[in-house]
Amino acid sequence: MFEKTGVASREMVMTKFPSMERINKGPVAVVECYQRIPCNPCQTACPAGAIQIGNDINDIPRRDETRCTGCGLCVAKCPGLAVMIVDGSKSADTVEFRIPYEFLPLPEAGEMVVGLDRAGQPICEARVVRVMNPPSFDRTPVVTLEVDRRYLYDFRNFRKEA
Amino acid sequence: MREVELLVIGSGPAGLCAAISAASSGAKVLVLERNFKPGGQLIKQTHMFFGSESQYASHRGVDIADILLSKIKAYGDQIEIMLNATAVGFYEDNVVTVLRDEKEYFKIKARSILCATGAYEKSLAFPNNDLPGIYGAGAVQTLMNVYGIRPGDRVLMVGAGNIGVIVSYQLLQAGIQVVAVLDAAPRIGAYLVHASKLARMGVPILTSHTVKEAIGTDCLEAAVVCEVDGKFQPIPGTEKRYDVDVMCISVGLSPLNELLAMRGVEMKYVPQLSGYVPMRTESCETSIPGIFVAGDASGIEEASSAMAEGYLAGLCAAAGLGHVPTDFEQRKQTYLKQLEDLRSGPVGDRIRAGMKISQL
Amino acid sequence: MRIAQHPILTFDRGKEIHFTFNGQHMTGYEGETIAAALHAAGVKVLARSLEKHRPRGFYCAIGNCASCQMIVDGEPNVRTCITLLKEGMKVETQEGKGKIQ
Repeated sequence: MFEKTGVASREMVMTKFPSMERINKGPVAVVECYQRIPCNPCQTACPAGAIQIGNDINDIPRRDETRCTGCGLCVAKCPGLAVMIVDGSKSADTVEFRIPYEFLPLPEAGEMVVGLDRAGQPICEARVVRVMNPPSFDRTPVVTLEVDRRYLYDFRNFRKEA
Repeated sequence: MREVELLVIGSGPAGLCAAISAASSGAKVLVLERNFKPGGQLIKQTHMFFGSESQYASHRGVDIADILLSKIKAYGDQIEIMLNATAVGFYEDNVVTVLRDEKEYFKIKARSILCATGAYEKSLAFPNNDLPGIYGAGAVQTLMNVYGIRPGDRVLMVGAGNIGVIVSYQLLQAGIQVVAVLDAAPRIGAYLVHASKLARMGVPILTSHTVKEAIGTDCLEAAVVCEVDGKFQPIPGTEKRYDVDVMCISVGLSPLNELLAMRGVEMKYVPQLSGYVPMRTESCETSIPGIFVAGDASGIEEASSAMAEGYLAGLCAAAGLGHVPTDFEQRKQTYLKQLEDLRSGPVGDRIRAGMKISQL
Repeated sequence: MRIAQHPILTFDRGKEIHFTFNGQHMTGYEGETIAAALHAAGVKVLARSLEKHRPRGFYCAIGNCASCQMIVDGEPNVRTCITLLKEGMKVETQEGKGKIQ
């Protein structure tokens, strides 16, 4: 189905998530790259050497959950906007996501927005924690959102309330 | 008649990289560009490019144009870019005829010529496909990203290859609604990360779908789409109507290289490279010595490959003129390795097959 | 029809340029093509085809396809998608092949 719709299945998504133990420890990258294409900026961007592609630039990036510090430098660098950061260390009921968002208007901290799944369907409420848009992100702002933990594997995007 | 050492036709990613590469070896280069701005299609690409650092991955196309143009500027009068200048003829004595500003017509004779003329968008046949409001996807990119003008309010994108999917995303960024992206193929042709970006914005991607007809009197008002079977035949009863004022056609590109055919270089129809292409050596030299080709004019690929090929062709064209840098062999191998890497994955299968057939 | 704000791009529009379309006063910007300025003003029909008089609009934007050919300052078959707007230009819808005036 993925090749017909662009929407990854739950099983595929699960293969990219780190262990729950790691998520609860603090921020960590989820690299949702499923297809062999010639691309390696995530590896180049990672200061911890936690994302490895190897000699063949077409290989799928592998993220080492023990080395990844969740710094998020790869988020704005990935040309496919395929990387997000998840952080389950903040509370038992919620999880924080950091996702790239290249649209205007940008939301503001504290704002409630509609959480969307990988097919762009509304699934939950989300609270905007922070919006980062420094020059080094080169016009790919990264938005931190707090979401109910039940949506850990479904949440992937948001839209502002109409 | 003006005489130049190396004439590069086209200032897109391949042409600019070829000029830089040849100039760095010591050649004097004249670049012809038919548009009033250099950069080819780069100037309308707002997304970050794939590839590796050597092809400026992670930079936006529009910024890559600026990077390359500033490199060119550093070569001073060693590289000249002539704008509004269309190469319209290419003759046996290596004379290229040029139409400038739609009125001046003159000849340029070059010792070596590198054709980096790019590609053109294919069209699609269906009733009323000529209605205003139906555009090539590249044209919509130009309107939006070069001039800042909205093509309309509601868009149907036909074609789920990289261009179709990327332009759809760019339409959303400009605040324009995309009702659906369709493709007759059973699978999405675009890089799936691009498709996922669009899917999670709520834009449905409909594979095995085609346009049945466009509806409208003076302008597009609606489009009827339907499903197709495994043989691309419409399935009756599956029609769906979308009320749209814009339809973008993004069903692939064809190499634009009539100048080379006119000059008489050996051409071959290679479906894997999307059309007639010149036969060429590993060094991008055609069947006529001193005539080179790079980028989409030699077969449709990504811009990252066009840049690597431009660097390779420029290096080899300069060498043919006697400008052989001490590290020639090393540079050549580097570019060849970059191309091999870019083409080595599954999306490169088609390209590799095409390269084999078109190799001299 | 103009994009006011964009997440990636900024549009530095040049000075205003005044021209006419079928006698009607119009405004565009320096650095813009005729067809782009017309599109921004909501004009989508640029010409009529030779035989069936079907409407013709903006199609390729790079001077390849001939769909946008109009009469500009009396000259027919001007590819308006690649011709820059100039102050005082007289732009007219072209019917068929057009005539040299």
